[in-house]
Amino acid sequence: MKILTKWLRAYLPDLPVDDAQLAEDLTLRGIAVEGVYDLGDGSGSLYEMDITTNRVDAMNHYGVAREATAIYGLTLPPLDFKLPQPKPVAKPFSVRIEAEDACGRFTARVLRGVTIGPSRDWFAGAEVATYFGLLEQKQISNAVDATNFAWIGMGQPTHVFDLDKIEGGIIVRRARKGERVKTLDGVERVLDPEDLIIADHAKPLGLAGVMGGWDSMITPETKNVLVEAAWFDPVAVRRTARRHGLHTDASHRFERGADYNAAEVASALVSSILLANGGWIEGDLVDARVPAIEARTANRKPVELKLSEVRRILGTTIDAEGITAATVEGVLTALGCGLAELAKKAELAKKAELAELAKGNEVWLVSQPSWRLDLEREIDLIEEVARVYGYNRFANTLPAFGEGVRALLWAAQESEVRRTLLAAGFHEAIGSTFCSAAEAALMAPQPGLAVPLGNPLSEEAGVLRPSLVAGMLAMIAGNLHRDVSDVRLFELGTVFSGTTEKVDERPALSFGAVGTLPEQGALHAARAIEFHDVKGAVEQVVGRFQSRTVLFDRFLAEAGLTPEWLHPYRAARVVVDGMTAGWFGQLHPRVAAERKLKEPVLLGELYLDRLYKLPLRQPIAREISRFQPVRRDFSLVLDESIAWEKIDQAVAGLRIPELVEWRAREVFRDAKLGAGEYALLLGATFQAADRTLREEELQEFQARVVEAVGKVGARLRS
Amino acid sequence: MGVGPEVETDYYNFESMNFPPGHPARDTQDTLVVAGQERRPQRDRLLMRTHTSPVQMRTMESQPPPVRIVIPGKVHRNDAADATHSPIFHQVEGLCVDTNITFSDLKGTLDHAMKALFGSAVKTRFFPSFFPFTEPSADVQISCIFCGGKGCRKCKNSGWIELLGCGMVDPAVFAFAAEKQPTYDPKKISGFAFGMGVERIAMMKYGISEIGSFFAGDMRFLGQFV
Repeated sequence: MKILTKWLRAYLPDLPVDDAQLAEDLTLRGIAVEGVYDLGDGSGSLYEMDITTNRVDAMNHYGVAREATAIYGLTLPPLDFKLPQPKPVAKPFSVRIEAEDACGRFTARVLRGVTIGPSRDWFAGAEVATYFGLLEQKQISNAVDATNFAWIGMGQPTHVFDLDKIEGGIIVRRARKGERVKTLDGVERVLDPEDLIIADHAKPLGLAGVMGGWDSMITPETKNVLVEAAWFDPVAVRRTARRHGLHTDASHRFERGADYNAAEVASALVSSILLANGGWIEGDLVDARVPAIEARTANRKPVELKLSEVRRILGTTIDAEGITAATVEGVLTALGCGLAELAKKAELAKKAELAELAKGNEVWLVSQPSWRLDLEREIDLIEEVARVYGYNRFANTLPAFGEGVRALLWAAQESEVRRTLLAAGFHEAIGSTFCSAAEAALMAPQPGLAVPLGNPLSEEAGVLRPSLVAGMLAMIAGNLHRDVSDVRLFELGTVFSGTTEKVDERPALSFGAVGTLPEQGALHAARAIEFHDVKGAVEQVVGRFQSRTVLFDRFLAEAGLTPEWLHPYRAARVVVDGMTAGWFGQLHPRVAAERKLKEPVLLGELYLDRLYKLPLRQPIAREISRFQPVRRDFSLVLDESIAWEKIDQAVAGLRIPELVEWRAREVFRDAKLGAGEYALLLGATFQAADRTLREEELQEFQARVVEAVGKVGARLRS
Repeated sequence: MGVGPEVETDYYNFESMNFPPGHPARDTQDTLVVAGQERRPQRDRLLMRTHTSPVQMRTMESQPPPVRIVIPGKVHRNDAADATHSPIFHQVEGLCVDTNITFSDLKGTLDHAMKALFGSAVKTRFFPSFFPFTEPSADVQISCIFCGGKGCRKCKNSGWIELLGCGMVDPAVFAFAAEKQPTYDPKKISGFAFGMGVERIAMMKYGISEIGSFFAGDMRFLGQFV
């Protein structure tokens, strides 16, 4: 919205500041001036405004001027347009409000013998040509420009009809099914029975508070005019406007609440501009009112305001005196609440024993101006006091604080997962929350539970992601398509499953890697990332949690247990304490081909809701033994189907306190072994905390190890 | 710290935050909705939360005052993507409710927080704004972290950068909370809330020109923040 300072100063000739200062003062009081443009000699400035939606009353010149009066303690002269005496008429123009829930007031004024023509500066207070020129507002004709002038000047939407096109009189009513009207934009509209319309006795004329009709519009031939200024209900206008996909200046204002009392003044302004070019008024202003709506707009019940409450909410000011009764009265009066009325109401309040007499306990009954429908409650008035007093005149204090900080239960776990992967050389990324239905079907851990959106951003983002894999794959592909060939990423995010009635959200981790690992000094050349690099990262992550067992298993492709997005032979399931905690491996070649990815992509997902059930691993220090450790190696022969995990678990299952460490030291295959066998060198270290181990003890331990690994299918190599 | 679901009900995202059904204030937050909600009662309809504020209500419903929480989280809007708009972004929200919490406490807390974030030389200033769930509402500017307030290209020569929105919790919001926790009586307690866009702050602090960079997973971008 644009505001001319020249126009403001016409309302307030005594403004004590220059345009730049005025802009700053308004901005600090919530009437934000975003830009100030000098219009040159004598023309003042143009303000580009950004006014919040609750302040429609200030989205016009008179409204901004009113704010300025509150800041500088000025008085705003009332708008008053003297109209010539009307010629009497036997039968006043007929106006009937049928939709009494939606139209609170409808004023109609009949002007006859007018001349439609170009606009000029008609009289003081109606400098249409000058102001429109500075605003670069298109001038159309005196009739249209008059309504625009009332809109820009005082924020009241009005409408002018060609009176001779109106049959009988005006009826404000809901549309009937199947009725049609052609609006001013030339669109033929089929009306809905909920639409609020202006009709005559024969037909609809326009959409009330939204847009006038084509057939009754002003033309150069128009001689007789009906000026409409009305008050329409916000919800009714909003519904009508939305249904027809229209957003007009008028609907914008009515949707946010217009000034019930402005209709008469706006009608006078529009009429006087038209009459300046000839013509006369026929009959008195027809003013149809709905008392119930008048009672909840122009004549609302006063609001009780306590000074103690103002202070309780706003707190400490920099100025030692703080907010006084005089501050409150000054601000509210300037904003249109009216000092005389306040004083009177305060007297009444005293008699009703509402007001406590002690200083600082003042209580007011505040009546709200008709243009401020946003002032409904005590807190609304407190805001006005704070706003005009100046937010930056309040001190910076801190609330008392009595408790310690409580972090989220899983915050430490999440942070540990993040740290581990960052340390492993992965970058953290954030992928889309959405994916396509096809991706969801392919990648969801539980198929068929993807939740669709009603108004998706695109088809590719049609459902809530049931897995982070789709987003990870998209980010990896994005890098490769930009010729970034070495990628290691992870994402910590939410995955969704369920129905459109109930959506389940769980935390998950995805990771992906492709390309080469960078060289590490002279001894370790760069090499391609492989399956075991990713497995190592997963082991590190899972290893942060306190679990009894971690194992990786795989299934024969024919079993159909491996997720379809993973390579049937290069995939592993992560099992922690018997729970499936995730999957990883190489991307299925078919999926890779569909995405034109030539490089093998390694990726996977961990179900963090399951991992987060486990506490983080907490190291407990143990005494370092002073006694000699003893190492024993076991040369084992195993069937290829027996993985290290089985051996590891068998050894762990012995629970020998003196067996302090064991690991696979070597794996090899040679011709001396049977078909489908391999050899494993298991190294074990024994050490007691309180003694040197004796040979017979060691032999017993060794025998137990051999027995345990034998049970899972290992034999000692002879 | 507080968190809440990314898929919210209309009640928590809008109604209990004092955005009544059919109110123009809802227009300011274009919403992505879950399919098939038309036949459900308005308050139960599921949508992608447009702000982290619903967690305020969930927290108040689950415990009596005092409350002092910080709420980080991902939010979604049905916005066309451009250099500064993304349908996905993050907010950090704060809520403080107790007896005798004042507007000057809000000012002091945010002044302290901005100094902690941007250095002790940073100044703050507050000016009136409008949010349905706070009253009085304020926008907060900090003195330009690039030029120290002298005026430069980054602050459009104003010396100030707008950073966050805040205000005193609207009594209407307490009234919704009081449906489950009657101790949220706006005559006895008061509170403040604030919220800011995480990407916006990061973009400013690290000179990032495209918000989309946060969601592309581009190694060349991410590698700069190691």
